[in-house]
Amino acid sequence: MSDTAIPYMVKPHPVTGLPNGKLGIWLFLASEVMLFGALFSSYVLLRTGAAHWPPIEPGEAAQLSSQILNVPLATLNTAVLITSSITMVMAWASLKLNSLPRFKLYLGATIVLALVFLVVKYFEYSHKFEQGHYPSHNNFYAIYFTLTGLHGLHIVGGILVNFYLLTFGSKLWKTDPEQFTNRIENAGLYWHFVDLVWIFLFPALYLL
Amino acid sequence: MDAVSPEEIRKHVRSYVVVFVTLLCLTLITVGVSYLHLARPAAIALALVIATAKAGLVAAFFMHLISEKRVIYGVLALTFAFFLLVLFLPSLTLFSNSGSLVG
Repeated sequence: MSDTAIPYMVKPHPVTGLPNGKLGIWLFLASEVMLFGALFSSYVLLRTGAAHWPPIEPGEAAQLSSQILNVPLATLNTAVLITSSITMVMAWASLKLNSLPRFKLYLGATIVLALVFLVVKYFEYSHKFEQGHYPSHNNFYAIYFTLTGLHGLHIVGGILVNFYLLTFGSKLWKTDPEQFTNRIENAGLYWHFVDLVWIFLFPALYLL
Repeated sequence: MDAVSPEEIRKHVRSYVVVFVTLLCLTLITVGVSYLHLARPAAIALALVIATAKAGLVAAFFMHLISEKRVIYGVLALTFAFFLLVLFLPSLTLFSNSGSLVG
């Protein structure tokens, strides 16, 4: 088998001016925009097509989303995700400043914050399930669980990738620090995108 | 982002902290505004403006879009056009042939 290296892993491609990995992650994020865009479109369609939003329960008065969902917990989760975004970008900056221990500290903090987000979400979901509010309950809960569930899966994916980069993947720092730094930047782009999606989900689902 | 000096990275770090604090403040403003119980169109418009500002800050600074290559801007412009299409095209089904809103 040939041991030819994959070209433009570190150096920019002469046509795009970017390493191939970075263009790849941006193209992946473009597809993610369309995935969440389709679900946001469903949300707009369900909402504009409903006589009341959230739908009124039989025998109950009309309620706002902020009365149905837990706004303080979601605000906490927003702050948690924003904090995880700065720790992620600080992990990348630490590598640029040649400090692996600081990188590990910041990336470890990013993972912990992501886990905190999931734990808070677990409490939110279990409270809804205890009340008998499942996705099948009505269109509001259907789109709420679909959007937040898919977003939660993206958080899980980010945790797995970041955990790999923190542990086994960090061996690359010794042999090719520039490529490893690029990998962290790409993982960061994904993580910031997950934060960006939540920035729109939070007001759309909880506050409006 | 291209190769940059440690001093430039430290400047970036300062801007990340400013963006972080701004994002937290905008989050509190979003929540605060929701308790004012504005008319729904005004509330939606304001929440969207704040969310877009927050997303812009994350994209510009944390994702380094403020100093990115043209090919990325091209990819994102195309994506944004299709995003708007997928977001609003299905809503046209809410209108009947006469142009009035169907429930």
